[in-house]
Amino acid sequence: MRIAGRGFNRCAPLVTFTFDGQSYTGRAGDTLAAALLANDVRHVARSFKYHRPRGMLTAGSEEPNALVTVGYGAAQDPNIRATTLEIYDGLTARSQNAWPSLKHDAMAVNDLLSPFLSAGFYYKTFMWPKSFWEKLYEPIIRHAAGLGALSGETNQDTYEKAFAHCDVLIIGAGPAGIMAALTVARAGADVILADEGMAGGGRLLSETYDVNGRPCEKWAADQLTTLSNMENVRIMTRTTVTGAYDQGTFAALENIVLGNPEAPKECFWRIASQRSILCAGALERPIAFPNNDRPGIMLASAVRAYLNRWGVAPGQTVTIFANNDDAHRTALDLIDAGVTVAGVIDSRAGALALGDYPMFAGGQVIATKGRLGLSTITVLDCNGTHDIQTDCLAMSGGWNPTVHLTCHMNARPTWSEDILSFVPIDGAIPKMLVAGAARGVFSTLGCLAEGIAVANNTLRELGLIESQIDIPTAENSTYHIEPLWQVDGKGRKWLDFQNDVHVKDIVLAVQENFRTVEHMKRYTTQGMATDQGKNSNVVALAVLADATGCGIPETGTTTFRPPYVPVAIAAMGAGSQGHGFAPERHTTSHKATLDRGAPMMEARLWYRPSYFPKPGETTWLETCNREVAMVRNHVGICDVSTLGKIDIQGPDAGAFLDFIYCNTFSTLRENRVRYGLMLREDGHVMDDGTTARLGLNNYIMTTTTVAAGQVMTHLEWVSQALRPDLLVRFASVTEQWAQFAVAGPKSRDLLNSVLDTTIDDENWPFMSCGSIDVAGVQGRLFRISFSGEHAYEIAVPSRFGASLFRLLTAQAEAMDGGLYGMEALNVLRIEKGFITHGEIHGRVTANDIGFGRMVNQKKDCIGNAMSQRLGLLDINREQLVGLKPVEKTGRLTAGAHLFIEGEAAVSENDQGYVTSVCYSPTFGHDLALAFLKDGLKRHGNRVLLVDHLRDVQTWCEVCHPVFLDQKGELSRG
Amino acid sequence: MRLPCPLCGDRDRREFYYQGHALMLERPLRDAGDAAWDNYLHNRDNPAGETRDLWHHEAGCGAWIVVTRNTVTHEVLDAILVEKARV
Amino acid sequence: MVKLIANSPFSKLLPKTIGTVTLTDIDSGKMTLVAPFKGQQKLVSDALKSTLGVEFPAPNRTLGKMPRSVWFGRGLALIIGADCPDLDGAACFDHSDAWAIVRLDGTDTSAILARLTPIDLRESTFKCGHTARTLIGHMTGCITRLGVQSFEVMVMRSMAATLVHELTQVAKNIAARPVISA
Repeated sequence: MRIAGRGFNRCAPLVTFTFDGQSYTGRAGDTLAAALLANDVRHVARSFKYHRPRGMLTAGSEEPNALVTVGYGAAQDPNIRATTLEIYDGLTARSQNAWPSLKHDAMAVNDLLSPFLSAGFYYKTFMWPKSFWEKLYEPIIRHAAGLGALSGETNQDTYEKAFAHCDVLIIGAGPAGIMAALTVARAGADVILADEGMAGGGRLLSETYDVNGRPCEKWAADQLTTLSNMENVRIMTRTTVTGAYDQGTFAALENIVLGNPEAPKECFWRIASQRSILCAGALERPIAFPNNDRPGIMLASAVRAYLNRWGVAPGQTVTIFANNDDAHRTALDLIDAGVTVAGVIDSRAGALALGDYPMFAGGQVIATKGRLGLSTITVLDCNGTHDIQTDCLAMSGGWNPTVHLTCHMNARPTWSEDILSFVPIDGAIPKMLVAGAARGVFSTLGCLAEGIAVANNTLRELGLIESQIDIPTAENSTYHIEPLWQVDGKGRKWLDFQNDVHVKDIVLAVQENFRTVEHMKRYTTQGMATDQGKNSNVVALAVLADATGCGIPETGTTTFRPPYVPVAIAAMGAGSQGHGFAPERHTTSHKATLDRGAPMMEARLWYRPSYFPKPGETTWLETCNREVAMVRNHVGICDVSTLGKIDIQGPDAGAFLDFIYCNTFSTLRENRVRYGLMLREDGHVMDDGTTARLGLNNYIMTTTTVAAGQVMTHLEWVSQALRPDLLVRFASVTEQWAQFAVAGPKSRDLLNSVLDTTIDDENWPFMSCGSIDVAGVQGRLFRISFSGEHAYEIAVPSRFGASLFRLLTAQAEAMDGGLYGMEALNVLRIEKGFITHGEIHGRVTANDIGFGRMVNQKKDCIGNAMSQRLGLLDINREQLVGLKPVEKTGRLTAGAHLFIEGEAAVSENDQGYVTSVCYSPTFGHDLALAFLKDGLKRHGNRVLLVDHLRDVQTWCEVCHPVFLDQKGELSRG
Repeated sequence: MRLPCPLCGDRDRREFYYQGHALMLERPLRDAGDAAWDNYLHNRDNPAGETRDLWHHEAGCGAWIVVTRNTVTHEVLDAILVEKARV
Repeated sequence: MVKLIANSPFSKLLPKTIGTVTLTDIDSGKMTLVAPFKGQQKLVSDALKSTLGVEFPAPNRTLGKMPRSVWFGRGLALIIGADCPDLDGAACFDHSDAWAIVRLDGTDTSAILARLTPIDLRESTFKCGHTARTLIGHMTGCITRLGVQSFEVMVMRSMAATLVHELTQVAKNIAARPVISA
């Protein structure tokens, strides 16, 4: 019910929304919870386990009950707290965990079965038979219990993530936070003031007293305006700081006002700060009395917030139950607003009424009634029991400082007897100070004064001059509280409303010897799920302490972990879906390749063509076979720009390469190319490739596409850490050059049709390199071959890459040649026995691939010492071999294992494994490269290839890994 | 987590690649023997407290650095270029 | 006689304007990565000063407008917009075609970059002429401040399309936001 003339948003425009299909009107600035209460909707949810009717317990982000699902289909968002969701035109919200309707929920039968569903019931009940768990028990439990559900469709919403930097991060813009921000900002430091609310102010937005002679909410607005006009202050509203991390880094979640489908929903911030001040305030806690969970029973501070901030009375006849002075404010505000206060039940025997309302000092609420909403409470005091008709009970068991962030780096809070709650310890988070209610200082004046004092301490630590700021005048009442955790009486006394944990569950946990706080939590689920027990944990600890006979300080708290409020994974991973998942590296021939309909494959971040289909070709293999034959008989063009190219310069460039590679490069002649093998320090092969000597002090190294980054990091390591003595510098020039393989018997003819000066065998023998001019552009030519054919690689600066690719393609096609893709490239290199990372997969040595003699023993190099370990020289190691099917039609498969005739195909008898296979159109059957125990000596032997996954068994002949042209005459020709 | 690159200043951890203990700087001679090489490559302490480890400012300036930090408090005490750490 | 044609790394993706921000493709012409050998940086810096008028820059700084010398990592400077002279004490690498460069101008440029890079872009710490080797999204690259609302972003040439995609996505999100906090 809305109270005329009350609420800070009383003049705001009207907003229309729906809840469970019914249309309602609220005011801009209302939360869904406030707007529903204004429409007298109190019952908004069913509880997790027992499906009990529930209403709003709080008015903030700690809400355990009032969770709703917003939107439909792909945009469906479950478990949104109605107490923080701002309404907007067109908002559609639904209740959760109820069927067929919130009012008539079939699963409410669980509540009647509750004697059988106590804590740990499924651990005990669903033990046997084991196989039933996954198929029967778990689905049933999941169906019956739970929060909201996902739609199962791909989320189409957009999210953001962002970084922010500041000198001082102030968390919370209540009285302490505002004063801290003013103090720090006046000293000139960069401030970020983050607050979870839609406007700063904290509790000041829900109270009616004055600060500095102004109504407190107006005072707060004034200060925030002052702050927002300062260049060094950034106010981040709707932004909850969710975690404290190392070196002053914080995570924060910004809710972006909804209603605009184009806009991102949330932004996940990483804030890096020099110093931080935690002004996170405090949260009120409930009292565990029988049936304390009916809709209409809420926290006293929430009743005050709904009344003062939004002008909503959550009931017509309100009662209050508390163990402290603070809750009496609620009675005074209600009376001021014209709402009937039917009584204040204060458990403290000596408590006095602060206004004109019925007072039950030393009283307790021992029972409540009302199935879908509170109707009656029963009070026990020294005069006996009284039934009071009431539709809203405001309860307060005291206040808990919001210590969560102080515990994110392993600190534990300490118990304070003064406020009967936990307070943070000093230095819990490096370079963070805590001020105000978060430290247990509850008066407004105290918070204002602390904000200034703590901010000045922060300024001192930063070496800045302190600000002289007057403390505003404000209420300074003392906080009197006496312990009251639970009330005796018949019925369940709820602790964790979200997980349906009540006092008896804790007692049962203790009986079953789950006595420590962390065990109790796991046994009962106390403090789990979306609210993480923000309201309930301290009361539950007190109940646990009582049941075990330990004190509360000895019982301690469970571990507070980030995030403070739920964070969508989509927000943390914002921008990383689809094209944003990883950068896409495109060669200069990318567009021309796509234009020809070539399917792309990924090689690390690069996109490379699989094959170039021609009209009439229906399978990739058909195309691949044509491309292989084309290269073998005519000429083929392939973009090889993706291979890493590292330019190495300096007087010691040769010596550096000798240290990097296991073979020698300082002896390489200028304008010549040599194959090199690079080891890891543990003696295994890291990478291979060709390195060309372009000049006396200038080499250009080629790495494989996939290892380019790793090799660059390795070279930096060796140069900076191990051999800083060498005069050598290097840089990646992969991106500078577009490079194309021109392979096949007609390759030289093709080149001579585009080069400004023609080449011949004498000046350009196999493994030579140098400068050339191609169609008016200076480039480089390397006579190297990865196909075994007479072949070259031609390179031009990348800006000319697309143009050269078109030119080469046209010339090739005029000579019965054309483009070939990775599939054909793979066949060509397997036929020739050239290795890739399929073979040098990290566990093979130079010996294993038959290159043992390349490891020059006359010099030190990376991996040299360890490559001579006995274990790595063992003849029983698997060595690279070729495999051919004995029957021409025999199928070879990669990943298959090799066995000897007559032995079972089990791992004990394993002789080796297949790394690469292809169908070779040149030979007319499959070929494979494999590693086989003592393989070098077994050429000519027969082995059985067994692929258990694909159910293949093929007799193979072991052979030399080079199937084609073992003498290398083709590439030299 | 943030690391103080000696060249670039404080930077977010995501710019750095972690390598392992700074022991890797003390590469044995080629003929130092299996035990020395085994220690160099494989054997590491796992201290609760101060440790020196190698980071590469891979997504930044490319410098390899030695970071001294506390594995218990996560405090970063020092960061220097590897070429200065060797001297 | 056939002549090869030069293409921009961005092909036809740029220029474009999203919300308040304009993205422009920059061709800086000649770019040379200069890497002095051990102990030679002073010598190299003097040679650069006498021939091009710009010295070897301090870490995270740029010098000059055109030619410009940009600190480009440990012991590295990128000389932009002029032919680099032969330098005895340094290795020189032609990088004229190695980078895709976008200039960002407009009110929300800082907000856009704050969504892509972890570095501190506050005007007080990252001033005009400051530069950083850092991450842009998942890409390594370089960011230089040219003015209060102007930046130049460089990534590897092959990632040009991804850079435009990333910048466009964040710019669109920002343009659709009711309030920008950055």
